[in-house]
Amino acid sequence: MSALAGAPRASRAIGISGLTKRFGRQLAVDGLDLDVPRGSVYGFLGPNGSGKTTTIRMLLGLTEPTAGEVELLGERMPRASAAVLPRVGALVEGPAFYPYLTGRANLSRLDAADPRSVASTRRQRVADALERVGLTHAADKKAHAYSLGMKQRLGLAGALLRERELLVLDEPSNGLDPQGTREVRSLVRRLADDGATVFVSSHLLSEVEQLCSHVAVMRAGRLVASGSLEELRATGGHEAVVSTPDAGAAASVLVSLGLEPSVTGDVVVAPLQEAMAPEAIVAALVAADVRVRGFQITSPSLEDRFVALTGEGFDVAG
Amino acid sequence: MSQAEAAAGAREASVSSGTGGIARRRVFALLGSELGTLFRRRRTIAMLVALAAVPVLIAIVVRVTGAGSSGRGPAFLGAITDNGLFVAFTALVVCIPLFLPLTLGVVAGDTIAGEAGLGTLRYLLVAPTGRLRLLIVKYVGVLAFALAATVVIVLAGIGIGALLFPIGPVTLLSGDTVDAAGFFVRTALLACYVALSLTSLGAIGLFISTLTTVPVGAMAATVVLAGVSQILDQLPQLDWVHPWLFTHYWLGFGDLLRDPVVWDSYGQNALLQLGYVTVFGALAYARFATKDILS
Repeated sequence: MSALAGAPRASRAIGISGLTKRFGRQLAVDGLDLDVPRGSVYGFLGPNGSGKTTTIRMLLGLTEPTAGEVELLGERMPRASAAVLPRVGALVEGPAFYPYLTGRANLSRLDAADPRSVASTRRQRVADALERVGLTHAADKKAHAYSLGMKQRLGLAGALLRERELLVLDEPSNGLDPQGTREVRSLVRRLADDGATVFVSSHLLSEVEQLCSHVAVMRAGRLVASGSLEELRATGGHEAVVSTPDAGAAASVLVSLGLEPSVTGDVVVAPLQEAMAPEAIVAALVAADVRVRGFQITSPSLEDRFVALTGEGFDVAG
Repeated sequence: MSQAEAAAGAREASVSSGTGGIARRRVFALLGSELGTLFRRRRTIAMLVALAAVPVLIAIVVRVTGAGSSGRGPAFLGAITDNGLFVAFTALVVCIPLFLPLTLGVVAGDTIAGEAGLGTLRYLLVAPTGRLRLLIVKYVGVLAFALAATVVIVLAGIGIGALLFPIGPVTLLSGDTVDAAGFFVRTALLACYVALSLTSLGAIGLFISTLTTVPVGAMAATVVLAGVSQILDQLPQLDWVHPWLFTHYWLGFGDLLRDPVVWDSYGQNALLQLGYVTVFGALAYARFATKDILS
């Protein structure tokens, strides 16, 4: 498919092109193109309701796309589900269990649902998965007695029942306390170190920032940015921050340089244009007898970029 | 997942060396898990206990009141005091219109909608369980419950009947008498007939279950349909439609209690049930194969 020419097949864990999902009159996902390189830890960022989970459902063949194509580990979905999905571990829209079964029995059933999993080693696989998420002590409790955090861990254990080439984790730290969040983070890192590709969705920038090598940002069903973390940081404009008692004079100098400063007390802030050298600004300020006490070029934080891209800081539906 | 799993595991271990191992394993692992989950679930056990309580209740009432053959009440009731084995038949007759469809409706309505309601459906499909495979496994679970429910009523009936009343050779509707072996053969045939009669309702419930994520709704709709079908079957104005109603032959097992056995109603019932299973099975697959799983 010519539309999927972004990266060579073998080096791409997920390839999405022109992916669209329409529910009635609402476009949940609108022409999404995305390449997830193998071995990356890819953050899929966006406010709640921006189409992340719908995209993940289409990735995994749970939902039929209205248009567009999905490739998972080099194979077309949902056609290749039976061959591809055993190599993919997934956590979709929160964990889900049979409340009347124990944690161990829940995992055992999930394992039995995979036609390729060998029954004779099932017990061991389940025990190993429980061990990895630190749930061995609660393995024989009924799932309805689990706390939200324990359910989240059990969900992760389900995704780790077998060696996975790709993990698709939808909001993996949801409901976890700070300690649990740290554990999930180190778990994901270990998985990535072992060579798995991890695709993590989140509405929390801090989570993605600490975990991921790459990031894609969704807003209202559309992709608004994607690339490595450095690339995303760099695409944001820099700002010049001037501390001076002569704020008014400084502002007019900046205006004469073609900038658009804003004044707050003793501080003047102006977005920089790309071609402008910072030293030229300082020289102009000094030449105009502005008493410069401090001069700084700041890159915006990722959070500022996130807010700018998604148009909101809070996790409300977009 | 102890015994059922272990059993499924043992079966798998014995076939996995052959070339057909993979294909067979696909069926058995999930089926074992499904049956284990279904029959270890407290709700299922409670329903089976409730069904077993019906013959017990009947037997105790008859024993305590000493009411003999007044000629009123459900079929076979009058014969109980003479032969305890008739408790089983009486209980089946009592359970067929309401209790059996009710309990089966709960199991059948829960198949897909229950998994969807819990959210486990998406994890089963991502595991990955093929959608057709999941439907088949779920339907086999429904059939297993239908058979278990019938057998439970019959066994409880025989047990309590033998305990509270004299038992002996059974006099059939045709007036002939059969010994214990003959009785058990007929009882087994009868249990199979009743379970067979429920296969259509199971398929209808399975289809309804693919339409919703609210299991209670699917259960209620299934049970209501069983009721509607039985009501239509009682309206003489609609007698042209009666042979097509899936409940039409539900109580038609009298022919099995004649000597020689008359197989007509068995055959007609089997054909009708097969028709319903085919149609509603196909509908369920058509709906489920392309369904967006959003729960």
